Amino acid sequence: MTAARHRGRSILLTSGLAIALAAVLVPFYWLVVAATHSSGEIFDSPPPLLPGSHLAENVQTLQDTAQFGRVILNSLLIAAIYTLCAGAVCTLAGYGFAKYRFRGREPLFGLLMLGLVVPAQVTLVPLFQLMAELRWLGTYQAVIMPNLALPFGIFLMRQSMAALPDELLDSGRMDGCGELRLFWRVVLPPMKPALAALAIFLFLYQWNDFVWPLIVLRDSATFTVPVALASLQGLDETDYGAILAGTAAAAIPMALVFLALQRQFVSGLLAGAVKE
Amino acid sequence: MTATLTGREARAVPARGAARRPRARRRVAPYLFVLPALLLFAAFKLYPIGRSFVISLHQTVGGTERFVGADNYTRLLHDPLFWTALKNTAVILAVQVPVMLALATGLAVALDSTALRARAVFRLGFFLPMVTGLVAYGIVFSVLLNKDYGLANWLTGLAGLDPTPWLTDPLWAKVSLGLALTWHYTGYNAVILLARLQTVPAELYDAAAVDGAGAWSSFRHVTLPGLRPALLLTTVLSTIGTLQIFDEPYVLTGGGPDNATLTIGVYLYQNAFKYFDFGYASAIAYALAVLIGILGVIQFRFLGEKS
Repeated sequence: MTAARHRGRSILLTSGLAIALAAVLVPFYWLVVAATHSSGEIFDSPPPLLPGSHLAENVQTLQDTAQFGRVILNSLLIAAIYTLCAGAVCTLAGYGFAKYRFRGREPLFGLLMLGLVVPAQVTLVPLFQLMAELRWLGTYQAVIMPNLALPFGIFLMRQSMAALPDELLDSGRMDGCGELRLFWRVVLPPMKPALAALAIFLFLYQWNDFVWPLIVLRDSATFTVPVALASLQGLDETDYGAILAGTAAAAIPMALVFLALQRQFVSGLLAGAVKE
Repeated sequence: MTATLTGREARAVPARGAARRPRARRRVAPYLFVLPALLLFAAFKLYPIGRSFVISLHQTVGGTERFVGADNYTRLLHDPLFWTALKNTAVILAVQVPVMLALATGLAVALDSTALRARAVFRLGFFLPMVTGLVAYGIVFSVLLNKDYGLANWLTGLAGLDPTPWLTDPLWAKVSLGLALTWHYTGYNAVILLARLQTVPAELYDAAAVDGAGAWSSFRHVTLPGLRPALLLTTVLSTIGTLQIFDEPYVLTGGGPDNATLTIGVYLYQNAFKYFDFGYASAIAYALAVLIGILGVIQFRFLGEKS
């Protein structure tokens, strides 16, 4: 009786959640379908529910109107450089805060965490002016530099580094290892899963970032994917076939990368989120 | 001084005579590790935060700065559009955030249940929207919700309903915005709650069952109290996120129709980068920061005290 009841509950719960998940995934499915149709077909009635044959055409339009190949390259380059640099800054800081006792440690860390609470909009205008004074407007470094010391990234790394046993560090020091070499040779290798999570987070963050690149980038040749897509949508005659092909190109590869690496990502993210 | 230092270190590391240099390095090392982060933070966060306040005391139209004291702030108080933006943001906060967090809690409990099959697939699937960039999903939703040609109205049409003016009617535009936000963030919140849920000891549920607690009462007396810290975190994060909300209304509705989805974030952006009224935009930004501070404190008091 109870086994049968349990099975009944199990089927009910699983099918209920399956329906909810299907609803959540509709926009993804529809995005793939729409990317392969012409603008006219997308707005047909009934709307297309299966993939069509206009993908190549949409990609061509995208390339012609927005130099989309260049745009994707911009986004990849910016996100890659950002991930590398911000990853280094956050990892170094996270290690410093987690594994050393030094004067000012708590207040300095608290100061950095202030960045989590202060809304980004507060700094938008002065940052824009700062970029103008530095003559950085329109450049990649204007996109990359301001967010390198990402509070969330530092927080995440401090949490992960705290789990590293002190004995490991002490034994490294006993062997005459310098502090920097200790960091490189002893600390980093076991931190690989946490570093992977940080890298995925930083890459996604930069790849999807919209407002700041929108403000500092000028020339459409330097646009990142979200900025280019938004600018296409603002045109009088919006080619939705092309724009949705671009949207799919921005979202689907990231979703696949995430699917491949999700175990590390979610556990890395949660290590930071839940221990308070 | 040098002598005493050497003496102390000789005791600490008796095997090594040259222990003084590593020890000194060890004292400097932490500062070097955190220095890049602190310098970048000071230059690109702290300095702008301070500068923003100075700008808010000036009128900066047309490239010239003029000190006007609190004028921008008094203007704010008498600006109907600011109040509209504030009201819209408050409505999203009061309606969308609780609905989303309730959904996320339910989802987390379901995902945690041993009765659920293929848990890994579900966990992954519900988290997927979070990976999608705001612009990308804004564009997708704007087409899905098109009044005449969108998939949403085609589906409701099959059920015999009249087309819904999702993005062109002031009320429905708010609903659409709420739907988009819920789609994007529910799974993320559920994963945070789920992680917390997994730390609730199973013995507590067993004890509740022994005491004759049903599903609802064990949820109320075991699950909810266990979730409290994670609920606080998700509530605070959602509140901060909602108050700053910009990308979704910017892409989905442009703040319209008739300013129905104008949020503080969008209004700030318009003043700064459409009208280049930096002084006024900075005053809006500071009003926003104060608001976030106040709400954050209230939530910590309210949700945090019993934990």
